[in-house]
Amino acid sequence: MTELRMRVNGVTRTLDIEPWVSLLDALRDHLGLTGPKKGCDQGACGACTVLADGVRINACLALAVQYADKEITTIEGIAKGEDGTHPMQEAFVRHDGFQCGYCTSGQICSAVAMLTEHAAGMPSAVTPTTDRIELTDDEIRERMSGNLCRCGAYNGILDAIKDVAAQEAP
Amino acid sequence: MSIKYVGRPVDRLDGRDKTTGRARFAAEHDYPDLAHAALVHSTIARGRITAVDADAARAAKGVIEVLTHENAPAMKPPPSRSLLNLSTMVIGTSVNYLATDEVHWNGQPVAVVVAESPEAARHAAGLVRITYEELPAVVDFAAEEPNATPQKGNALMPAAADKGDAEAALAAAAVSVDLRFTTPPHNHNAIEPHATTAVWDGDRLTLHESTQSITWLRSHVAQRFGVPEQNIHVLSPYVGGGFGGKGSVWAGTLLAVLAARATKRPVRLALTRAGVYHTVGGRTPSTQRVALGADSGGKLTALIHTSVARTARVGGGGEQITSASRHLYDSPNIRLRQSLVQLDLISNTFMRAPGESIGTYALESAMDELACELGMDPIELRMLNEPARNPMDGKRFAHRMLREAYEVGAERFGWRERDPRPGSMRDGRWLVGMGVASAYHPAFQLPASVTVRLGADGGVVVRCGLHEIGVGAATVQAQIAADELGVPLESVRVEIGDSELPAGPMAGGSGQTASAAASVLEACRKLRRSALDLARKSPDSPLRGVRDPQARDGGLYQGSRGETYAAILARAGRDHLEAAAGGGMLRFMAKTVRDRRRWVKAASGAHFCEVRVDRDTGEVRVSRWTGVFDVGTVINEKTVASQLRGGIVMGIGLALSEEALVDPRSGRIVNASLADYHVPVHADVPRIDVHCLDEPDPTMPLGLVGVGEVGITGVGAAVANAVRHATGKRVTDLPITLDKLLPL
Repeated sequence: MTELRMRVNGVTRTLDIEPWVSLLDALRDHLGLTGPKKGCDQGACGACTVLADGVRINACLALAVQYADKEITTIEGIAKGEDGTHPMQEAFVRHDGFQCGYCTSGQICSAVAMLTEHAAGMPSAVTPTTDRIELTDDEIRERMSGNLCRCGAYNGILDAIKDVAAQEAP
Repeated sequence: MSIKYVGRPVDRLDGRDKTTGRARFAAEHDYPDLAHAALVHSTIARGRITAVDADAARAAKGVIEVLTHENAPAMKPPPSRSLLNLSTMVIGTSVNYLATDEVHWNGQPVAVVVAESPEAARHAAGLVRITYEELPAVVDFAAEEPNATPQKGNALMPAAADKGDAEAALAAAAVSVDLRFTTPPHNHNAIEPHATTAVWDGDRLTLHESTQSITWLRSHVAQRFGVPEQNIHVLSPYVGGGFGGKGSVWAGTLLAVLAARATKRPVRLALTRAGVYHTVGGRTPSTQRVALGADSGGKLTALIHTSVARTARVGGGGEQITSASRHLYDSPNIRLRQSLVQLDLISNTFMRAPGESIGTYALESAMDELACELGMDPIELRMLNEPARNPMDGKRFAHRMLREAYEVGAERFGWRERDPRPGSMRDGRWLVGMGVASAYHPAFQLPASVTVRLGADGGVVVRCGLHEIGVGAATVQAQIAADELGVPLESVRVEIGDSELPAGPMAGGSGQTASAAASVLEACRKLRRSALDLARKSPDSPLRGVRDPQARDGGLYQGSRGETYAAILARAGRDHLEAAAGGGMLRFMAKTVRDRRRWVKAASGAHFCEVRVDRDTGEVRVSRWTGVFDVGTVINEKTVASQLRGGIVMGIGLALSEEALVDPRSGRIVNASLADYHVPVHADVPRIDVHCLDEPDPTMPLGLVGVGEVGITGVGAAVANAVRHATGKRVTDLPITLDKLLPL
């Protein structure tokens, strides 16, 4: 067993776990944070997406012990302020960006971090440039393609993200 | 009834729970002392287990028990399928897991490891060594296809039909096409893998389950474990996608319950993604022939549609592959046949529009090819052959608006811009193509028991064991109840997903919403009547003497005369009023049979698809989509559009990328992962323009027809037809991958 401390959703948590426990299992089974979902356990579906120091990762492909010094944010902690909701969560409801809800935590965490990546000038396969990249529909689709939605709520998810991006635009 | 909420794009009532991570799914319930189970799958398709070596697994750290056929307590064998016991409709396979040394498919669970942690269970599962005596197995669908035998039909699902002499008419036709289609096996791939948390307390069982069929699952588990149904409490408030894959009872559920009983511990069994492929059935592959004959003006003279699909020696069932060919086109000569082969694979099972999704691919591709042969616009050809009455038997359509769907769709999509010559439309390196196809899915209902309670505080509680697989089950029933009782939506709470509630219908056949709506309407009517009776008993009530008040503003009113429910209940000193409706299988079946004699009921629609095909690589991108649907009354514009879009998205997968690959030697699914079985991603899905004609079907409750499946029907053909237009190539073998298009 390895004892480690991890900041999760702004709170320091102590974990006593084997070194092979994934970050996803640590969150779900050991810390009771079941917002991040397990859809494939092999990095193919994105349902487990969480933020590590604000960067989106597949928690199923990460070992918890590697993240001892990181700030982890899950869907449960993505809201700004106590009891509130993140604008992305509200936009997903408004635009019906989900059906069953199982991929939704991952989609929302991924979308929030994707907008940060874009704002930081990170390129994508759609736009072969490092100049200022316009956040077109195709750009969002490409950048969100690591998050599968079998219910097929992609149109609503795109609309929700555009809505939030427009709100955040200077 | 004052219509205030029905038809409005109301936000989902469970939206906040689903977007904050608060919604808990079947594998997310913690219990003290919870143990974790993992499955060991057979590595042969057919044979016997001759030896089990579980010593290393048992010795591994954290392992509580390894259950095999040598030591597991036996479940009762599954009963045979019978219409007298409807729960037998959801039997996944006939195998009595861990009670036999026989192996019936590659991937069958042959051992279960129970451990203190999921990691320990999974590790130890890999340590179990099983030795087999292998027997010859029949696993190759293509090779077995010539041995197909006729599918057995019944009154509800006929498997053959004849009208006139279709072969002779085909031979004599001025213009004809005769095409053979093949479609591969598909898997549902709900993003939530099936999961069960089983907790025994004596002979009482709590089951957190991911299911589309709470009531029948409970009956089946009760039969297998020899306990009364009432002893089993099934909780399934959220289901992370189903698409039919969670309709039946599969190994994972039974083995979690068995493991919990054997170890006297609460047990969670969350299937791995590969585990879902190996222990839950999928859609059958098919080969189909569609032959069409027409006169030189395009009037059909012959329609032949035959199919071969597969079941398994351990179960499964024939699908309605030729069903749309009974209803879509007028032809004096029709011949329909469905045949089956039986393989040593896991049972096939219903997957979104079983039969119709792949059947419409073949039929609607052939219609397009006939239009090409005739040099006729494919919409014009369809309208020319649009029947006034059901082609097979002359029954009336309860509702039919395909003409309107094509008219509206053509306008929205810009069909006029299409140059009919193949390969004529280009955008740089892209060959642009436009295709159409019809969507068609029968309407279906099951009995649903519902109670509606009206409280003295004005609050309404609707209770029904519905399944929230993503359809907005609670939201739409709340909208209906709010309008029927004339109360604000905020005052309605809908309780679902629990076997302690009045029994809901299975979430299948696109029937859940209409089934529950019928009972909610009836219960609300009864409640209004009780409230009125109660009010009229009092001389002080303004409703005295009123016969037929309107439900609005939280009460009953006729003109300015009336009062709130709260006032009625307070005066009578009543805490609440409650009404129940539904149930009654016999009465329900009688009505269904009567209805079926009179009407053909269905949802239908017109798909318009634009594709871009890379002229060098053959890559196909779907670039635009319009779908116009006749699904009767739209209860919630938002959720209905989402479900129809979801069907189209899954159809795009069916058209372009989805295929479960079964090793023809071993019977193993070799691409049992989301990395290797390609479902559509964000980048594969364009803006999907969905429009509903929104005319009530006069024979359905509130005029609504289910929307869960019609969206996927016809999609495969719309894509294939657009590809044909872009490239001049007709692809008759799904999925349409680039190797089937090159060279261009």
